[in-house]
This record gives sequence, C-alpha cells and structure tokens, in this order.
Amino acid sequence: MARDTLTGSRIRERRVIVGMRQAELAREVGISASYLNLIEHNRRRIGGKLLVDIAQVLNVEASLLSEGAEAALIATLREAAADANASGQELDRIDEFAGRFPGWAALIADQHRRLQSLEHTAATLTDRLTHDPHLATSMHEMLTMVTAIRSTAGILADTKEIEPEWRNRFHRNINEDSQRLAESSQRLVAYLDGAGDAGASLTLPQEEVEAMLTANAFRFEALEAASDDGVRDFVEAQEALTSNASRDLASSALRQFRDDAQVMPVNALRAALGAGPLDPVALSRSFGASLPAVLRRLAVVSDEVMPMPFGLVMCDGSGTLMLRKPVEGFPVPRFSAACPKWPLFQALSRPMRPLHQRVTVTGRDARQFDCFAVTEAVGMIEVNVDPLYHSYMLIVPVDGPSAPGREVGSSCRVCPSLSCEGRREPSLLVDGI
Amino acid sequence: MEKNVLLIEDEPNIIEAISFILSRDGWSVATHSNGHDAVGVVQTQLPDLVILDVMLPGKSGYDILRELREGDQTRSLPVLMLTARGQVKDREMAERAGASRFMTKPFSNAEVLEVVRELVTE
Repeated sequence: MARDTLTGSRIRERRVIVGMRQAELAREVGISASYLNLIEHNRRRIGGKLLVDIAQVLNVEASLLSEGAEAALIATLREAAADANASGQELDRIDEFAGRFPGWAALIADQHRRLQSLEHTAATLTDRLTHDPHLATSMHEMLTMVTAIRSTAGILADTKEIEPEWRNRFHRNINEDSQRLAESSQRLVAYLDGAGDAGASLTLPQEEVEAMLTANAFRFEALEAASDDGVRDFVEAQEALTSNASRDLASSALRQFRDDAQVMPVNALRAALGAGPLDPVALSRSFGASLPAVLRRLAVVSDEVMPMPFGLVMCDGSGTLMLRKPVEGFPVPRFSAACPKWPLFQALSRPMRPLHQRVTVTGRDARQFDCFAVTEAVGMIEVNVDPLYHSYMLIVPVDGPSAPGREVGSSCRVCPSLSCEGRREPSLLVDGI
Repeated sequence: MEKNVLLIEDEPNIIEAISFILSRDGWSVATHSNGHDAVGVVQTQLPDLVILDVMLPGKSGYDILRELREGDQTRSLPVLMLTARGQVKDREMAERAGASRFMTKPFSNAEVLEVVRELVTE
C-alpha cells in the first residue's frame, strides 16, 4: 500500500496516542463517526480542509499525517528487510508498518544502522590485520630479530669449543638484537594502542567529518571570515572529531567552504540565481569561481536560498566517496560502493568537461533529480605525471512531474533494477520492493 | 671437496650466525646482502646452494628466484628460501617461483643445517 493512502491509519494512530475517542474527533471536525471510521481504515481518501482540521485537533502537522514516516526511514527499513531476507508479503507492507508503528519502525531502522556499523568495524579490523603495511613491517622486523637472537643463542649454547673472539662477538650481537627487539616491540604496542590517533580509531575519519558537517547542517557562517588558525581552533573544539586525521580532513573541507563563501557571498549568490533555471556554469563565469566551487557552494547554501535543499557528493579517482551532503529521495550508501551510473563517476572519465543529467532514482518513489557533475585535477601539475582527480556532483531535486531520466540506484545491494548492466553483486531486494 | 653456499640476506647478525654454523659444518660460505645484483652474483659464483631471504633491499627474493630459474646455469640450482611469513599463500608463492625448500623465521640452527645437507645431497 502506498504511503499517501495510509493517511487514515496515521490519523487513527495519532488519535489513539492522544487518547481521543473516534466519536469525539468526528464531532470536533464536523463529520460523522462512521465516515471517520472509513477514513481511518483507509477506505476514504482525505485531504484539504478536513485533513488540516483533524491535524489541528490532534495537534500534529498535516503533512505528517499525509506523508507519514520519512522516506529515509522507509528506505532503511527496506534495506533491513532485504538483509534479513524477509518474505514478500511482509515487505509489501513496510510503508504501512512505518506509518502505523513509527516508534518500532525507528527502532528497527536504528538497530539496522547499528548492525551495519558493527559489520563495518569488523571488516575494518580484519582488513587492518591482513593488509596493514605498518603491522606487517613491524612483525617482519621483530621476527628477524628473534631469528638472529635464536640462532646466535643456539650457537653459544650448542658449540662446545668456541673462540673467545667469536663468543664475544655473538654476545654483543645478542645484546644489540635484544635491544632492537625491545624497541620494535614498544613501537608495535604504541601503534596498536593508537594513542588516540586515527590508526586505532574504529570510525573512519571521513565518517567523523561527515557527522560534524551534518551536525552543523553544512553551514559555517562564523568561519567565512576566519583565518586558517580560526578554522583550526573551531575544528579542535569539535568533539565529534577524535583523531588527527579527521581534524585535518575537517580543516581542509572547512577552509574550502570558507574560500567558496568569500568568492560567492550568500546574498550575491541569491541575486545571481534569480528566477531562471539553475545554471552552475553561468554562475562560475559570473563569480570567476571554479565549477566545483560553485557546486559546493550551491549545496551549502541551498537550504537557505533555494526552495528545496540540494545534495552533494564528492569522490576521488578511485570512486571512493569522500564528502556527502544527503538529500531526501537520493540515498547515498554509507559503506558499500555507490551506483556506477551516477554522473559523478562518468565525470571521472572526462575531467573538466561538466555533465548535466536528469536521473530517476530506482524504487517505488522513482524521484527525479538534475545532477551536475564535474571532475577537476588536484595538486600541482607536473610534466609526464598523471594528475589525481576529485569529482563533484550536485544533486538537485526536480519539483513536480517531469520526464524520467536515466535510472540510477543507491548501491547494487538495495537496487531493484535486476537487469542493470552495471550490477556488481546480486540485489537483496525481492520482487515488489 | 668443500661445498659452496651463497647466503643472500640483509640482516648482518643473521648472516654472521648462519655463516658460523655452516662453516663449522664444513661448508664454504659466501654472503651477499642486497637484491639489486644478487642474480649476477649467483651466476658468477655458481655455488652448490643458495640461501635466499625473501625481503631484500632492491629486489625481492621471489623476483631473484624467478630470474634464476630462467637461466640455463641456475635453472636447477638448489635454493632454500627464508621468510618471516609462513602462511600457505607465502609457501605457494615460493613454490611457484621455484624454491627447492621454504623455511619460516625464526628457525633453529639444526633445521638450517639439516635442510642444507638434504638439498646438496639431493
């Protein structure tokens, strides 16, 4: 059952929560109890003034009754159900479940996210043990010392007649190797302890930065005139940033946001946007700013100057997502790799040549977004050295009905497009999701 | 006649210890401590046995061994590989590269002597 047909269920749920009888609510809004009963069982559609009146009596926003649970909650529930291989019949009723039992639904969604986080931590630890070059080098160094000590000690213990010169040399060697072994052991223990640095952090630095940016809603007006030291002071005060690596990343991102804001002040940007269609390239020319800077700035100020907030994702040349500002209806995977059809990744193959694509997100909602993507080189340009790239994609929700765009998903695991040529792994979704 | 062993290892105290025990056992021991020119040294000396560490400066023991196995004179030369990694995949890698035997650090002197004797007798 679609979410917008469950308004009645939400009215009933809310009425029960506030402890009001059906007849009482019906009387308050001037309808019969039997008609309200039909509405509450989703057998009569409701909207307009009646919905507003009921919402007022129930002391709730009308949109919460008509739209129900957040799309993100529904999406997480679908993901959780897919991971658990839930049966088709129950999956068909996810929207109804979220609408009727929002508290339980939120709990399941939270626990699913927690499970994902723990799985991610386990994978990180396994990966570290298997591939950590520092750990491998340390262990090799220590085993080499142990081998030298064992072999030398064996000579001293097993050789009955040994010249004093050799004996002294081997004693000296054992002494040297045991000192080196002690130092290597201490270094290894310090490394494993981590001393609060990123090496031991179980949360990726990017995740901490993302949490900090989200907590501040990507708005940092107070830093727009700040010096680098001022940015650093702000970063140092953020409790969410627990490692030097995350603080460095955050400082870099905030300096970039500050520089963007200085080139494109919010009022000037609002005036430049005008009433015409969004044209990042024209804004780039108008402000003398790079296109990636325009995309970043638009994403940051869209909550204030645009009718709907914009999303933003950024990746490096390996396709690893390094920055994400989510937008409703365009789910961005947190741990798994994203959909290869995103213009973000297509832009990587054509640096400095911007893309503008309409996309439709797969799934029941099938919302449309205009995506602007561009890839820029980072670092100094050197002769005969291929540059490194960062790719940016601004995600602009399309308001109202429009022609569908290219189908894109979030990640293969939760994408219902089973015949997609870009599929990397099987979808966990069953038919009907 | 005294048999020749070439020990290619970059850790000085391991070189000293292995050289000592092999010398006392009647072997003539030559040593070399980097991977850059190890193949050339083997081809020049053509010892009866090579003891080859995996992690060497300049070139890995695996690469050195692969090159040795491509040369006519060194194709069947007995090579004992030493490594600090003892996982199955490391052993398989050594076998694929053409190692006659594979020994994981830390090893005992008796083990080294036993394997060296076996390889040269074979």
